[in-house]
Amino acid sequence: MNFYTVLEYIGMFLVFVGALFLFLGALGIFRLPDVYNRLQAGTKATTLGAFGAIIGIGLMRPEWLPKAILIAVFILMTNPISSHALARASYRRGIKLWDRSVVDRYGPYLREKEEKEGKR
Amino acid sequence: MTAGNVSKYVYTAIILFLLWIVLTSTFFWEEILAGLVLSAMVAAMGYSLFTDKGLGNFSPKRLAYFLVYIPVFLWDVIKANLDVAYRVLSPKMPIKPGIVEIHTDLKSDIAKLGLANSITLTPGTLTLDIDDDRLFIHWIYVRTTDIKEASEEIGGKFERYMKVIFE
Repeated sequence: MNFYTVLEYIGMFLVFVGALFLFLGALGIFRLPDVYNRLQAGTKATTLGAFGAIIGIGLMRPEWLPKAILIAVFILMTNPISSHALARASYRRGIKLWDRSVVDRYGPYLREKEEKEGKR
Repeated sequence: MTAGNVSKYVYTAIILFLLWIVLTSTFFWEEILAGLVLSAMVAAMGYSLFTDKGLGNFSPKRLAYFLVYIPVFLWDVIKANLDVAYRVLSPKMPIKPGIVEIHTDLKSDIAKLGLANSITLTPGTLTLDIDDDRLFIHWIYVRTTDIKEASEEIGGKFERYMKVIFE
């Protein structure tokens, strides 16, 4: 077994782990109760899932590795921002939290801010 | 603290040139030369927007903290995924979601962005909104609603890294 075969097997393993986490993320989107909980599962699972798959491919084809790492870093930086935008937009659009949620500090903050701006 | 224009320009050009090397992945001298010329031109157009600190970003202390931060962060991302897997797969679904508020001492925008991104990718938390020093976090299993305790539990570890790396 030479070095490149070993790298290829590590790459295959990483792609498998990535696919597994993507599957768990999909299951989370299916099972969890409201949009915010679903976003939690969605963001984390897609980030690590895509990360595993891309780095795995990079290890299977070492000449692609630098680009693969760059793409993975961009995903790592931008994925949380998109989920933040989705969650914030959902809340402001009036989508309710799950009825068994225990606390909501964001609603009062938004009303307070609205009142302040109304007075101006 | 902002750096001088020369330092900002050189820093931007270096980062762009490194990106060029990674994207082309060749070492022919024509490619390198084209990369040098192009990064010098693009840096001239965008350096004032790209960075506040310029070459200060390369200080050894910042780089060291950054290098330590990478494995800490990746380990937390893996833990977050195992956490999601556990909550999704267990039949009873042990969740107790809610939105809590935390405070941060960080001042610069890029440091707050780093903190918010780190919080989103670590176990059970998602940044919903930022207003000045207040962050609103959706927490999948709320353990405390107290602002101080929540700040320490959710963001404390990352805040210490962000402070050195970005501020």
